[in-house]
Amino acid sequence: MYPLTQYISRDGTSRLLREYVKGGGYRSLQRLTAGMAPKDVQRLVGESGLRGRGGGGFPTGTKWSFVPMGPNAPKPKYIVANGDEMEPGTFKDRILMEGDPHGLVEGMIMAGYALDAEVGYIFLRGEYHLSAQRLNQAIAEAYAAGYLGKPLPGTTFRFDLHLHSSAGRYICGEETALINALEGKRAVPRAKPPFPQTVGLWGQPTVVQNIETLYNLPHIVNHGAAWYRSLSRTQDGGTKMFGVSGRVIRPGWWELPLGTTARELLEQHAGGMAEGVRFRGLLPGGISTAFMIEEHLDFPLDFSSFPQEVGRLGTGTMIIMDDRTCPVGFVLNLEKFFARESCGWCTPCREGLPWVAKLLMAFEEGRATSDDLSLLEMHTKWLAPGHTFCGLAPGAMAPLQSALKYFREDFERHITTGGCPWSTKSAQLRVLV
Amino acid sequence: MLSDIERRELEEAVQHYSEKRGAAIDALLTVQRHRRWISDESLLDIAQFLEMTAEDLDSIATFYNLVFRKPVGRHVAFVCDSISCWIMGCEQIREQLKKHYDIDVGQTTRDGRLTVLPIACLGHCERAPAMMIDQDVYGEVAPDKIDIIMNKYK
Repeated sequence: MYPLTQYISRDGTSRLLREYVKGGGYRSLQRLTAGMAPKDVQRLVGESGLRGRGGGGFPTGTKWSFVPMGPNAPKPKYIVANGDEMEPGTFKDRILMEGDPHGLVEGMIMAGYALDAEVGYIFLRGEYHLSAQRLNQAIAEAYAAGYLGKPLPGTTFRFDLHLHSSAGRYICGEETALINALEGKRAVPRAKPPFPQTVGLWGQPTVVQNIETLYNLPHIVNHGAAWYRSLSRTQDGGTKMFGVSGRVIRPGWWELPLGTTARELLEQHAGGMAEGVRFRGLLPGGISTAFMIEEHLDFPLDFSSFPQEVGRLGTGTMIIMDDRTCPVGFVLNLEKFFARESCGWCTPCREGLPWVAKLLMAFEEGRATSDDLSLLEMHTKWLAPGHTFCGLAPGAMAPLQSALKYFREDFERHITTGGCPWSTKSAQLRVLV
Repeated sequence: MLSDIERRELEEAVQHYSEKRGAAIDALLTVQRHRRWISDESLLDIAQFLEMTAEDLDSIATFYNLVFRKPVGRHVAFVCDSISCWIMGCEQIREQLKKHYDIDVGQTTRDGRLTVLPIACLGHCERAPAMMIDQDVYGEVAPDKIDIIMNKYK
């Protein structure tokens, strides 16, 4: 039994306040009442080895250390929960929010206390209607019970929390674009620096934190940093929400220690490949991560020890590619997504991604030449980090670049045979454009 | 003109933000809930309420996927076309909808019953292929079950 999901049932039900409190919920706030200071919470989170669960893996304690504290710090400060879970293949935050909405409320109060931030927003993607309904209910219950909107007993700290349902745009997951969206603007990323920790929402200090990250906070406060580190198999602290989708026997989600391998996830938890198909590769955490192939399946999955030359963990919800799926068609689907979701602010991303999608379409339709293969290679450099305003386009190049490395013969086969060897898919793909 | 209910809901929404325009997206979605889509007239009314120019508000309305600036049907079916659903056969759902209702993605049936739209990953990848009709999500959608599902949405 792992902390985040121990009370989440797989039948789709949710816990109300009474059951949440009965299971030990909101207990972490008693520690604050008993005299734990904001800097104590900050230190504990730093020592726990918690890293951001949205995919970046930035150490949470370090992120917090940039927030101005003390009597001269600007007021108000904001905590924003990033629930814009639009990374394809990723559904972990939904499981948490639907199954145990009060855990997020408690996590946000804790983050607010640690940073002396009195207002919180939950930024939720518009399509998560069930999450919205359950979070609204949890927020109303927490107000009625006095966890929100009133000073916590024994302290002067009072926290207010609002739910913002977004209207759908992948770029909202980028923290500065998300802040613009919350201000009622187009979700275009902002230049950094200044970082949101000093100049964020309405110009005030703001910490944007992934949903899963926030769920960890009450458990760290309740049980301590050493306990939290002991949950993990590596030097990163805690467990991770992992998921598997694609042609496997049991697609699903599991909370497991950081350091669990892709092979364990695929073979033990997901039950292996579905009948009649073979494993070819996987994206470990959403579509902005590079492919992993057979030889990588035994790496411990975490943020700090993931080999850089292979890629990164991302969100931890993996997408499995089988041998009945065309790798070129697979990458085309990803690049069309990125092209559609580019905010259009910077030229390399706005123009480069549709170009990449068109090139891949040429492969699928048998019009590609070896020059097109070089053009794809060049795009992976033109859209690399440093050439674009934010991380969207570089993220889009991670699966492409690794596909060109691991599945090169499949790209070449599209040129030599004049079309897609997985051709029924190819005919259907044309409908998608 | 905004109805009394709409006005009340908008006034409630702006309470959550330190600037009125912070509620722009909430306001668009609120009015859309009552009128199904955002006409030029609705846009002007909302802009006036938020003390923004209509052009400014339209730059927001046209940016976000779930704000409709064209009329939609009584029901909207969102067919997920992201990678997990693509692997598991989302095109068959699309084909089936096309065959039965004679509309492609982005179109509305002549009787105004149904609009079909594409959507970014719905976050139900473990039950792919998935689709959402209005606010209801369906997973592991078999193309031959679409008729049964659609019966609920007249």
